[in-house]
Amino acid sequence: MLRRKKIRGPGEINAGSMADIAFLLLIFFLVTTTMDTDVGILRLLPPIVEDVTPPDKVKQRNIYEVLVNDADMLLVEGKPMDISDLREGAKEFMTNPNKSEDLPEKSLVTRAECKQQIGNFQSYLASATTPEEKQNFRKGLEKWEEKLAAVELLGEYMELPGSAVISLQTGSKTSYDMYVQVQNELEAAVRELRDELSKNKFNKKYTELSEILEEEKEMIRAVRMVFPQRISEAEPVEVGSRSES
Amino acid sequence: MSRFKEKENSGTPAVSTASLPDIIFMLLFFFMVTTVMREVDLKVKITLPEASEVEKLEDKALVDYIYIGPPTMEALGTEPLIQLNDQFAKLEDIDPWVKANNERRQEAEVPRITRSLKVDKDTYMKIVTDVKQELRKSNALKINYSTGRGR
Repeated sequence: MLRRKKIRGPGEINAGSMADIAFLLLIFFLVTTTMDTDVGILRLLPPIVEDVTPPDKVKQRNIYEVLVNDADMLLVEGKPMDISDLREGAKEFMTNPNKSEDLPEKSLVTRAECKQQIGNFQSYLASATTPEEKQNFRKGLEKWEEKLAAVELLGEYMELPGSAVISLQTGSKTSYDMYVQVQNELEAAVRELRDELSKNKFNKKYTELSEILEEEKEMIRAVRMVFPQRISEAEPVEVGSRSES
Repeated sequence: MSRFKEKENSGTPAVSTASLPDIIFMLLFFFMVTTVMREVDLKVKITLPEASEVEKLEDKALVDYIYIGPPTMEALGTEPLIQLNDQFAKLEDIDPWVKANNERRQEAEVPRITRSLKVDKDTYMKIVTDVKQELRKSNALKINYSTGRGR
């Protein structure tokens, strides 16, 4: 006769090793996690334009020409330049402190002018017939309204002409490193000017203003109106084989 | 001979470790949620250039990466190649890649997608310019030159 074994309930599972298992997983995730956030220079590319209309003749003084050749050397406004001077150069271009004939002519934006232009555009808009016209006038209206907002915040300011642009061209064998350095310096020039202005007017650096707060958002927009960031890379052309017209 | 009789009552009882797994699990879940695992195997060698005027890429779900650099496999030469997703690509592959990535997202998010260019710093601009041109053609205009923070 076999004696039946006493049926015991299942013994309790030892949960002591649970912590070890969890630790193991934890360490795995710790190791694979990349905490470093991606950083970089943000840029917006211009959209491709289908019909290539020759651009309006822009005055030479309104273009800050930066060429980088295949040997990573800089030619700025026709003169060789070291990269360490580029930031100051770009700042000078945007501020034109000595009212030089070779740099963009800055014009004063006054409150009266903004109001007058807004009035003008409103009446144009009222009499516009085609949707295209309407859109154009609405754009104009918005532009002047933004200027007025900037004047309200900053007082009357000197404005860069709309065509003022930094033109950046690279050779096909320019190194990417150099390109990033140039972009970095140009970005730094704009940022420093904005910081300075913002510090003067609002007692807070531009980079410290936050988009979230409604009033600071206004400030950001105003500062951007005074020092817009306009870097044009245009269509890729071979440096050296450009056809001058 | 029980001279060293154990005390029946040993002062403070041992701290219960029963909640230890829970604590560890909590940490574990935190890391699991915050972790972004590297999605692709890099097939190109990339040393990023450094820059000081950098901005953070905010929404990682809305970033697509383009890698450009010399291949890690030496048999493939030293000329820089483009890598999309998990494989080498040619310039013509960029447009379909952009379209596929757009379709993955909700329509409202499409204009907010950033293409991050991770380019080796010794690469010539030719290939970068070509890639940028392709991106413009497929209307992917928001780009980011990925850099290290420094200088």
